[in-house]
Amino acid sequence: MISLLTSFTDWDLLTDPLWVGLDNYRNLATDPLFIQSIKVTLAYTAAYVPLDLAGGLLLALLVRPQFRGIGVFRTIFYLPTVFSGVAFVVVWLWMLNPNGGLINLALGWFGIEGPRWLLDPKYSLWALVMMSFWGWGRSMALYLGGMQSIPGELYEAAAMDGAGSVRQFFAVTLPLLSPTIFFNLVLSVIATFQSFTSAFVATNGGPLDSTLFLVLYIYRQAFEFFHMGYAAALAWVLFAIVLVLTLLLLRSQKFWVFYLGERSK
Amino acid sequence: MKEYSTPILQPRGWQRYLHIGFLLTVAMIFLAPALWMISSSLKPDYEIFATPPTLLPVSPRWQNYPEALTSLPFGRFAINTLIIALSTIIGHLLSCSIVAYGFARLQAPGKGFFFVLMLSTLMLPYPVTMVPLFIIFSKLGLINNFIPLILPAFFGNAFYIFLLRQSFKQIPADLEDAARMDGATTFQVLRNVILPLSRPALATVAIFTFQAAWNDFLGPLIFLHDQSLYTLQLGLSLFRGAYNVQWAYLMAASLVITLPVIAIFFIAQKSFIEGVGFTGTKI
Repeated sequence: MISLLTSFTDWDLLTDPLWVGLDNYRNLATDPLFIQSIKVTLAYTAAYVPLDLAGGLLLALLVRPQFRGIGVFRTIFYLPTVFSGVAFVVVWLWMLNPNGGLINLALGWFGIEGPRWLLDPKYSLWALVMMSFWGWGRSMALYLGGMQSIPGELYEAAAMDGAGSVRQFFAVTLPLLSPTIFFNLVLSVIATFQSFTSAFVATNGGPLDSTLFLVLYIYRQAFEFFHMGYAAALAWVLFAIVLVLTLLLLRSQKFWVFYLGERSK
Repeated sequence: MKEYSTPILQPRGWQRYLHIGFLLTVAMIFLAPALWMISSSLKPDYEIFATPPTLLPVSPRWQNYPEALTSLPFGRFAINTLIIALSTIIGHLLSCSIVAYGFARLQAPGKGFFFVLMLSTLMLPYPVTMVPLFIIFSKLGLINNFIPLILPAFFGNAFYIFLLRQSFKQIPADLEDAARMDGATTFQVLRNVILPLSRPALATVAIFTFQAAWNDFLGPLIFLHDQSLYTLQLGLSLFRGAYNVQWAYLMAASLVITLPVIAIFFIAQKSFIEGVGFTGTKI
């Protein structure tokens, strides 16, 4: 509530807040950095979320069969998720370093000269998307949990009808996993809209504002320029976008999410 | 990890070898960054940018570790982080279990409405609340200490309340009735019946809280200004602030800082997975 009131003011914390009505919101429309931050955040979410959903599912399928040593693989895929925060970013800053990083070193073995990744505005955002694969283990764990609750008789029945493994995946696994996929989708969308640490530590929004995430822009307005009112207005825009997206996703549920035990029409 | 109760199609023959080959390839890709990190952390300065680059350090330089950890007061940072982490764990366990018990068992008008209202705060991202939080705490004169990072934990957290409520609901009501018959008060029921039976869920909350506090960056960045109050994550980012990044030190310090989280993951793996399993039950 305080946040909502603040968003109608011009306030630098030192002097008393000045009521400016809707001015903060009007300024948004003509603020090129705000537009840029929205574009960056949307592009990142649009690239990150589908990759995470598909990548996590691929990993889960890979480690689902039971054989000796499979636990080791599950641990390997899950472990990078503990490298969250600054350490995660630091590892990738170094991996993507144009001079000493492993990525360009490996590309060099194939005679490819790698780009300057985080230092090049053309590649910086995609470099951030690329390094996110290291966090797929989180969705993998969710999918494994979801797969556990699929009744085995369904597979037996499918095999009886002569369905191969590909057919079983599309006819049994995927529909019965849709609640988990949905849950994961909502979580990922909400999380990517809050991305901050990677851009703040790795690129500080640069080069040329190519990685200026919305939250980073809020942080700058609030704690570097002390435009509390404007920052609060930005934060409300962020909340509105997340809310609308979540509601849209919830509505979309009935078209593709299948709950076992529900009567099909 | 749990065994699967359901029969699933196992790859056979050449498919099996293909599957294992693919698994190994993907595992290598996942391990590469961590291995590269370890290797770089042991390289002397002149080898970090060597051309051609070396995969492994020619002569491992173990001094990088003590040097990296003493170049900044990491001991102080670790103590600060631990104070925040332990206080938020206590805060979450206290507040969330009381609220969760209320939602799980007690009857009150509008309970359903308040439960949905509480869950809807899950959609309110931290960046949205950080500006008003900062304003409130700065008006109270509580900036530049741990209070703004710890106090909110004592007011609960929607996700943990949800997790605990799901777990409390699994406990047979008969046990509770029996305790009440013996004259136990609501708080005694919670302390002596509900909580001891919910260890996996409580452990999960503690682990999640620890990880979140250990890895939090934005919160400390906003509220802590003196270097003597910095957390490990802020300390790590100081290496970046310097004009010349000392990569070997940076890698060494990052590894050491991540070790406790890895250790806890392995120790708590079992109870952790049982705790998360509860979230699957119907609301």
